[in-house]
Amino acid sequence: MKGLYKILTLTIVITTIVSCKKDSRPNYQYMPNMYTSVGYETYSKSDAFNNGVEAQLPVEGTVPRGHSLYDYKNTNEGYDLAKAELKNPLTPDMIDAKRGKELYDIYCGICHGNKGKGQGNLVKREKILGIPNYADRDITDGSIYHVIYWGKNSMGSYAGQLNEEERWQVTAYVQSLKEALTK
Amino acid sequence: MKESYQNSENNSTKDMKQVIHRKLGLKKLFLGLFFISALFSFSQEGDATAGKALFNSNCAACHKLDKKMTGPALRNVESRLAEEQGLDREWLYAWVKNSSAVIKSGDAYGNKIYAEYNKSAMTAFPQLSNADIDNILAYTAAEAPKKSEATVTPTQSGASNNTSGGVSNTILLLALVVLFGLLAAGLFMVNKTLRRFADEKGIVIEEKEKGKSLWKAFVQNQFLILVTAIFFLLASGYFVYGYLMQVGVDQGYQPVQPIHFSHKIHAGDNKIDCKYCHSSARVSKTSGIPSLNVCMNCHKSISEYNGETTAEYNKDFYDKQIEELYKAVGWDDANQAYTGVTKPVEWVRIHNLPDFAYFNHSQHVSVAGVECQTCHGPVQDMEIVEQFAPLTMGWCINCHRDTGLKIKGNDYYKKIHDQLTAKYGDLNKITVAQMGGLECGKCHY
Repeated sequence: MKGLYKILTLTIVITTIVSCKKDSRPNYQYMPNMYTSVGYETYSKSDAFNNGVEAQLPVEGTVPRGHSLYDYKNTNEGYDLAKAELKNPLTPDMIDAKRGKELYDIYCGICHGNKGKGQGNLVKREKILGIPNYADRDITDGSIYHVIYWGKNSMGSYAGQLNEEERWQVTAYVQSLKEALTK
Repeated sequence: MKESYQNSENNSTKDMKQVIHRKLGLKKLFLGLFFISALFSFSQEGDATAGKALFNSNCAACHKLDKKMTGPALRNVESRLAEEQGLDREWLYAWVKNSSAVIKSGDAYGNKIYAEYNKSAMTAFPQLSNADIDNILAYTAAEAPKKSEATVTPTQSGASNNTSGGVSNTILLLALVVLFGLLAAGLFMVNKTLRRFADEKGIVIEEKEKGKSLWKAFVQNQFLILVTAIFFLLASGYFVYGYLMQVGVDQGYQPVQPIHFSHKIHAGDNKIDCKYCHSSARVSKTSGIPSLNVCMNCHKSISEYNGETTAEYNKDFYDKQIEELYKAVGWDDANQAYTGVTKPVEWVRIHNLPDFAYFNHSQHVSVAGVECQTCHGPVQDMEIVEQFAPLTMGWCINCHRDTGLKIKGNDYYKKIHDQLTAKYGDLNKITVAQMGGLECGKCHY
């Protein structure tokens, strides 16, 4: 009888230990203070700021290092102005078509299509409709950059995903696509 | 007999033909009437199918049929305008071809609608002919399809299929349990009856004489005890070692996220590149959890799910998740505007390297060109993401030993490649380890 009790307690202990490990919970760690950072980690919580997260926006009125100001406003007038006067600051030797294509295929091709015909995968699957063919639209360096920066109608802004230089690379690549389409 | 049968058959076919003729005649009449009436009521009648194609390629970026988007909903736009504003098709032609000219001319309704939709100017479509616009209007005048029934039936049948499979399994198991129970009971009864018979007949069943028990024999054999002791020690050592080694390893970790985001739908079905959302993987240490504006790049226009469903993850379930997104980002879908009330989503981190190990995404993704799936597994097939790799040091080291550098067309490695060829001679494959990928200080400092 005593043996039976022993076996029972052992099974209970083992099952509790085994059931403690669940896929929806992280595993135990040796010395967790070596695992977790003392400093703030990306996206971590923090008591230092009012909204409780480490990620903060730049202070208003400041420009982060390596960024520059974009003066054209997110209005129809801003769009028309950018379309008329803004030019690609990259010189031809700075334009890297390979990288432009890479970035275009990731961020734009999913709707605009890798050829710029407006037939991306989301359009083919009828998730998003009405993407124009670049050949049908009157676009300039300035208007392309402006739309990448601010978005237009249903298209959102890509300023968060592409930095300034990358936006100009994509602009140059879109122009080359349009050229290939209208040829 | 046979003849008469054939006769009757002939007769019946004749009758049928006559009936068909009559029906065709009626149809022609109706069609004619329809055309005449159409001619009187409208100047032209468009082709709805051609209109659909035109609508999808030109208008659908900003207009939906039944829902407000960047521009107003367009179902029955013509009759609505005619009834409410007294505007005719000519006005629509002018508006579609150059809306800003209509606005500038001081048209009352044009200015009203321009102001109502945040002064977002409609693109001018001078390339559309009047006939094209007729086709589009014919498409918008088509009746709304009755969706609800069509969508409900397949999910229901799917659900019933699934449950029926589950039921048959449990029934089978239950039947087995009952069968074995019956067998056990039967054996017990048989044994009991046999004993009773034996008692009645006066036969004494000899109890087996207990010899020296196996246990005692085992205890007295010292060699056997030694062997078992060694066996148990080794076995427990194996299991204890295994247990201790998996502490701190989160392979298979699959937390529940606040919004059910299906990587299977986004990266698998729709083939959105990983780096579309995790854009900082290209340029920084972390892969980046996309901020919600990235979701809204598409979900501004996609407010409901229309893909494959299962019993557990049905359309309602997914639609609710999109609603959750709208709540978090503060998007009012009915009015197509941001409310400004946001609620950050607390995603649960899955892959987490300890603080004492350094890992940089851009180094692996942009420089080395490693596919995301090499470390994260087939995320495009995962409905709920789980940690695929163990992320242990041994795992890192193994990959560094095996993986060759992609030197061709990668200027980043040019200098080091020249140095390494000088050192090792001309190698076909230079591994990460040979470049210094095993040095402690590369990851621990």
